[in-house]
Amino acid sequence: MNKTPGEYLITREKNIYEVVIGLEVHAQVLSNSKLFSSSPTKFGAEPNTQVSLVDAAFPGMLPVINEYCIKQAVKTGIGLKAKINNRSVFDRKNYFYPDLPQGYQISQYKNPIVGEGTVILDMSYGQRKIGIERLHLEQDAGKSIHDLDPQSTFIDLNRSGIALMEIVSKPDLRSLDEVNAYIKKLRSILRYLGTCDGNMQEGSLRADVNVSVKKKGTKNLGTRCEIKNVNSIKFMQMAIDFEANRQVDLIEEDKEINQETRLFDTRKNETRSMRSKEDAHDYRYFPDPDLLPLELKNDFIEKIKSEIPELPDEKKKRFIDKFNLSPYEANILVSDKETSEYFEKVIENSDVKLATNWITGELFALLNERDLGITQSPISSENLSKLINLIKNGTISGKIAKTLFELMANGDKDPQKIVEEKNLKQESDPKVLESLITKVISENPDKLKEYKSGKEKLFGFFVGQVMKISGGKANPKLVNDILKKKL
Amino acid sequence: MNDIISQNLTELIKNIKDKKISSEEVTKSFVEKAEKAKILNCYITEDFDSAINKAKKFDSKPNFNCKLPGIPIAVKDLFCTEGVKTTAGSKILNNFVPTYESTVTQNLWNEGGILLGKLNCDEFAMGSSNETSFFGNVKSPIDKNLVPGGSSGGSAAALASNLSPITIGTDTGGSIRQPASFTGTVGLKPTYGSCSRYGIVAFASSLDQAGPMAKNVKDCALLHEVISSYDLKDSTSIDFKRNNYSELLTNNIKGKKIGIPKEYRVDDMPKEIEDLWIKGIEYIKECEAEVIDISLPHTSYALPAYYIVAPAEASSNLARYDGVKYGFRADGENLIDMYERTRSEGFGNEVKRRIMIGTYVLSSGYYEAYYLKAQKVRKLIKNDFDEAYKKVDAILTPSTPSSAFKIGEKANDPVSMYLNDIFTVPINLAGLPGISIPAGLDKKGYPLGLQIVGKAFDEQNLLNIAYAMEEKINFKNNIKEWWIK
Repeated sequence: MNKTPGEYLITREKNIYEVVIGLEVHAQVLSNSKLFSSSPTKFGAEPNTQVSLVDAAFPGMLPVINEYCIKQAVKTGIGLKAKINNRSVFDRKNYFYPDLPQGYQISQYKNPIVGEGTVILDMSYGQRKIGIERLHLEQDAGKSIHDLDPQSTFIDLNRSGIALMEIVSKPDLRSLDEVNAYIKKLRSILRYLGTCDGNMQEGSLRADVNVSVKKKGTKNLGTRCEIKNVNSIKFMQMAIDFEANRQVDLIEEDKEINQETRLFDTRKNETRSMRSKEDAHDYRYFPDPDLLPLELKNDFIEKIKSEIPELPDEKKKRFIDKFNLSPYEANILVSDKETSEYFEKVIENSDVKLATNWITGELFALLNERDLGITQSPISSENLSKLINLIKNGTISGKIAKTLFELMANGDKDPQKIVEEKNLKQESDPKVLESLITKVISENPDKLKEYKSGKEKLFGFFVGQVMKISGGKANPKLVNDILKKKL
Repeated sequence: MNDIISQNLTELIKNIKDKKISSEEVTKSFVEKAEKAKILNCYITEDFDSAINKAKKFDSKPNFNCKLPGIPIAVKDLFCTEGVKTTAGSKILNNFVPTYESTVTQNLWNEGGILLGKLNCDEFAMGSSNETSFFGNVKSPIDKNLVPGGSSGGSAAALASNLSPITIGTDTGGSIRQPASFTGTVGLKPTYGSCSRYGIVAFASSLDQAGPMAKNVKDCALLHEVISSYDLKDSTSIDFKRNNYSELLTNNIKGKKIGIPKEYRVDDMPKEIEDLWIKGIEYIKECEAEVIDISLPHTSYALPAYYIVAPAEASSNLARYDGVKYGFRADGENLIDMYERTRSEGFGNEVKRRIMIGTYVLSSGYYEAYYLKAQKVRKLIKNDFDEAYKKVDAILTPSTPSSAFKIGEKANDPVSMYLNDIFTVPINLAGLPGISIPAGLDKKGYPLGLQIVGKAFDEQNLLNIAYAMEEKINFKNNIKEWWIK
């Protein structure tokens, strides 16, 4: 059977299965205060130091909506090319848990703030449009800490009430690569917008994964299982892989797949049942009577629209059109907002092609090796741009440039100054080069003989020798030219 | 000069401003009176020492520009008061001392009011007789065998027995107006959104509204202008023009159109209530206002709709009382066991009944049939009033279908207890203001009240009508202070 590019198939003796994936991403809204209270939202504070009476659900306390969080959600909706709903409703999702102080979570159920949208993925096999079902706002819960004491559980309410955006995709994802690309793209859009920092380690971005399988070519979706709270792309992929195979095995054995919620055990690399549909909570959703329906006027939405920055898709198009980059290069440079900003700063006064190569090559390798983000780059955009100009105007050779780059990486110095201090300037004086070449030729009469008798490969040997005695500073192009004449 | 405790608010303010009496004298008088009236069980928490200190402090540097200069006030124990225990009449909050103040009570203190203590009420304001309080029932000043009504039973009883010159209650389905009616006092349920709900222990958020209770309409108007405020801390608070209601109060209601809704003539309504209503209509005519027959066709669905919406919201509002963060906790073998024990022991039967009803009507499979349908009914009831108000300025009905009943009489018959709210709940469902004023005594000498219902945010007109009628009715309460030996 033919495999279309990008497809993720599970093959068994008689059947081939496709895997269908949908993601519910919980993105913490970037905001200084919580969704319904003025408590701060800083990560990593001492337990229970960022908690107001509202967050701890004291008697008579009432939620008051934080308009900034609303703006952030609308902004995100616009970034997802989604419909912004003029009227949305906050509902209560009722369940008991110690880190849920109200005994209910304020969320949006039937009428979310944002409706259908799209995220575009650039896969090696072409563009994929992933549908967004909805985005709604909700409160985060606190944290239960079970490992401080053998007898007791401790509750930290710092996170209680922080605004989350739940971004629900349609079941449009078809492979682990697409899941990876989707999360990265979504994260990129959120960071461009400044609506979520996308930090998966700190839990600012978490996802529940819906997985089902179906026989290849059939239309109807299979029974899905939801895998809760998978906190890295790697675990997400492992969980999906395990879960899809588990479901295929069940079908192959003529067993039924139960619609259920499952947990991914990272140690055992398996998913296991958390609760079945029958045991599913009855959340008794109903509109929160403490909050009026949220009415957004069109000019409020239009104003936010006018403040939306250039997003990765648009930026990519501009980079291709204006700077003549390949789609691949453009993709790498725009996926991270800070990288694209760094790139644009470098090319303000230097060659685009060289800048692209140096950033995606040497600089990325350096950052990777030192596990740094571009904002922490040991080489500033200004100095990289100077380095590129030194290459471009022939002051240094490409080889020296690499040495220079390494020197710059250890203490971000002005490359011009290093070149002067260490005397790294390229030797382009034909007289000096000629004397070097004469010296090399005269010291290697045997090699000269061989060359003359037709062993032309030895040309490279002579170049190498000249470079060597020049300390790598000889202008390679000129050395080539003069050497050709001399030999 | 009258005995201090029997002076109304207006008199007390005048005498304090004229320096004929001090706040300390006034406060001590009410404290002394309360010491002799313990058997009424009005108070859950007395804050007398602190009250007297505050009164002294007021006297040492009096600010007579305040609207309630040095006036001692006891409040329903549903209002959170900073540093003073707030129980909502429940065991589950038996040890709860708020670190914050409700907006309504803060408004009282800002105008010079002084907290006397916290008044008994039905547990979480769920009840019509004050019998569901964990702290025991309140006895009516009218007769020791009678209930004072509820849920603001402690408030009404304290007022009628002169333990507090004015007081505040909360009204979710009649909890101010019914006890006012039972005790011969005046009680106003303001328009929803008029008084902030911030810091009031919630029963049913879309219906709860704090309101003033007083001995006469003028006091009530003054108290209302103090407590009503727009509050950013309550998202359902409404920013509308609030009057100085007491200053603008007038008994001239000539030409006002008062509607008489035929649907309030319920089956087996006692003749005394019917007669009272007819008398009320006559008073209106005497005031040269116009009486107009109107129809509120969906009235009979109000009570069932209320007993779905209110418990639904309550079941969710009371979920926070789980023993984890504050209040009563019963230890358990594990989390679920702790929850179950805490809530089984912490809540009384009526509260549990309503939590169960509320949980049921919100459950999947029943939500549409109950909760959603009740919300539709609510809309129809509101539409009824909107239609009626195209023709009339206010509506007159009895406050309750009977006078006060005996302690224990309905304690085991929740439905008959709920029926007591039949004339008051439609007003909460529609979010309208309603006032109960004493209008007469029945054969047994028990007070009966008339309810006037106004347009939303039209408390001024409502109070004017009540003021005009009060003058005609010239009600005299029949209280013999049976509790003083």
